[in-house]
Amino acid sequence: MRIAFVNTLQELAEKNKNIMLLTGDLGYSVFERYIKLFPKQFINMGVSEQNMTGVAAGLAIENKIPFIYSIVPFVTMRNFEQIRNDICYQNLNVKIIGVGAGFSYGSYGHTHHGLEDIGILRILANLTIICPGDPIETELAVKKAIEIKGPVYIRLGRAGEAIVHDKRPKFSVGKGLIIKEGKDITIVATGTMLHTGLEVSKELKNKGISVRLISMHTIKPFDSEAIIDSAKKTKAIFSLEEHSIIGGLGSAVSEVLAENNINTVFKRLGVSDRFTKEIGDQEYMRKVNGLSIGSIVEVILKSLNHA
Amino acid sequence: MLSKKRIEFLNKSAKEVRKNIIQMSTRAKSAHTGGALSCVEILVSLYFEIMNVDPKNPYDENRDRLVFSKAHDAKALYAVLAERGYSNKRILDGYEMNGGKLPGHSTRHCMPGVEVSAGSLGHGLAMAVGIAYAGKIDSKKHKVFCIISDGECDEGSTWEAILFAGHHKLDNLVAIVDYNKLQGFGYTKDVLDLEPFSQKWKSFGWETVEVDGHNFSELIKILNKIPIKINKPTVVIANTIKGLGGVSTHIDKISSQYKPPTKEEAEEVIRRLDSE
Repeated sequence: MRIAFVNTLQELAEKNKNIMLLTGDLGYSVFERYIKLFPKQFINMGVSEQNMTGVAAGLAIENKIPFIYSIVPFVTMRNFEQIRNDICYQNLNVKIIGVGAGFSYGSYGHTHHGLEDIGILRILANLTIICPGDPIETELAVKKAIEIKGPVYIRLGRAGEAIVHDKRPKFSVGKGLIIKEGKDITIVATGTMLHTGLEVSKELKNKGISVRLISMHTIKPFDSEAIIDSAKKTKAIFSLEEHSIIGGLGSAVSEVLAENNINTVFKRLGVSDRFTKEIGDQEYMRKVNGLSIGSIVEVILKSLNHA
Repeated sequence: MLSKKRIEFLNKSAKEVRKNIIQMSTRAKSAHTGGALSCVEILVSLYFEIMNVDPKNPYDENRDRLVFSKAHDAKALYAVLAERGYSNKRILDGYEMNGGKLPGHSTRHCMPGVEVSAGSLGHGLAMAVGIAYAGKIDSKKHKVFCIISDGECDEGSTWEAILFAGHHKLDNLVAIVDYNKLQGFGYTKDVLDLEPFSQKWKSFGWETVEVDGHNFSELIKILNKIPIKINKPTVVIANTIKGLGGVSTHIDKISSQYKPPTKEEAEEVIRRLDSE
């Protein structure tokens, strides 16, 4: 996803000289070509995310379009108040790029995990939140973000994410993409869990369960209609995200179901409310947190039997 | 050199600004009066003598910019902007009042001329740096001024911005510290000593000057020389007195940060200012 991001940004930066890439001293083996092509549209801010965010606000006041880049916790938490006051309060045209969604930096330990960012950012007015589900959605998200004259957070994985879409979908911000139709249950997946959602739906198909799979790439504004529609068309809804079960996609879906008096089987699949003690790579961390394909299938089947 | 007449005019403007600050404080029973009073001469110097601005065209792209980072003292900014003609003075009546237009901490465009929203300490300088950096990219000639408080220099984010501006040689940037030496809950020397203050900035690549922040001749002489050194941002450490010109019992006292003048105190201050 990082590569899809930088390639897209390169394409845009060539046409739009106001685009600037600011990094918190990250980007080794990712940004070299961009820097070579557009040295004036790049600043390595050093390891100072608060300053990076404030400077981005200043640049945006002067009509630049800064993209600020770092690992999820550093570009959303260290500088949270700058995002709130400098960027969202002033509704400035700054794009926040977080890499390392969920356990993308699994073995680095919890300081580097991105598990609470959606929760803390979803409450900020004026902010659009996009979690692309694969490299193709990444490219489309970055292109759409430029069209929005205001703050956007784009939550990326890291590297090597599988491609889910076989062709370029019609991508609009705030509108979930139906990856496949199904009549029994709906899986609403976001970001780095989209591909897992696809694998889970294949497994379930083998067990005779037809899955409607939605890529909910935009968390804010949230596509309530897609949830209401899914509740009508299928008998159960499962939200799937590489994020705490508190505050993220699962919470957004719950809000829609509750406020629309929809009584359906529903379960949030995500990371439970704990700091994981185990150490391991992304796949391992997902597994110990119940987010492997096998455990998701198991939880879904169990929920359906209870229904 | 400023003519005697011009100095008289600036003194008179400062007096009007102080009267409005006192009235706003009393009307809204608001805090942060001392820090508003300590930066009056700084703001009057900038808006009446130094900055290239046009109140009739407040967002001209070639204007000099002011980022008022110590936004808790916003009523000083509002009063100066009104005095300079950015807005009718009646807008000041709504300061911190229900349904008014002017919040306790200045917000971008809440009145013409207010460039950024601030209020949480340690945010303004970074934004000023971004504005100055953009000016450099676009080869613009305007300057960017940023007024910060001494208390804000406790914030790590302020020093991140100082480090960055020095490294990038932003000589179109001027930080002015309203160094009244009193912060939220004590004297800076007792809370977190900033000294040797000037040396700290210098070691981060800035050109530093110290002035009497209530002396128009000194302030204007220095501010006219900016950039003092090519390729270096400038910091003007303005030695000031918190609460100066306000209620006499609050001058240089922490109470000036919190206690609004009573109606009687306000009347007395205004009488005194009028008779000076």
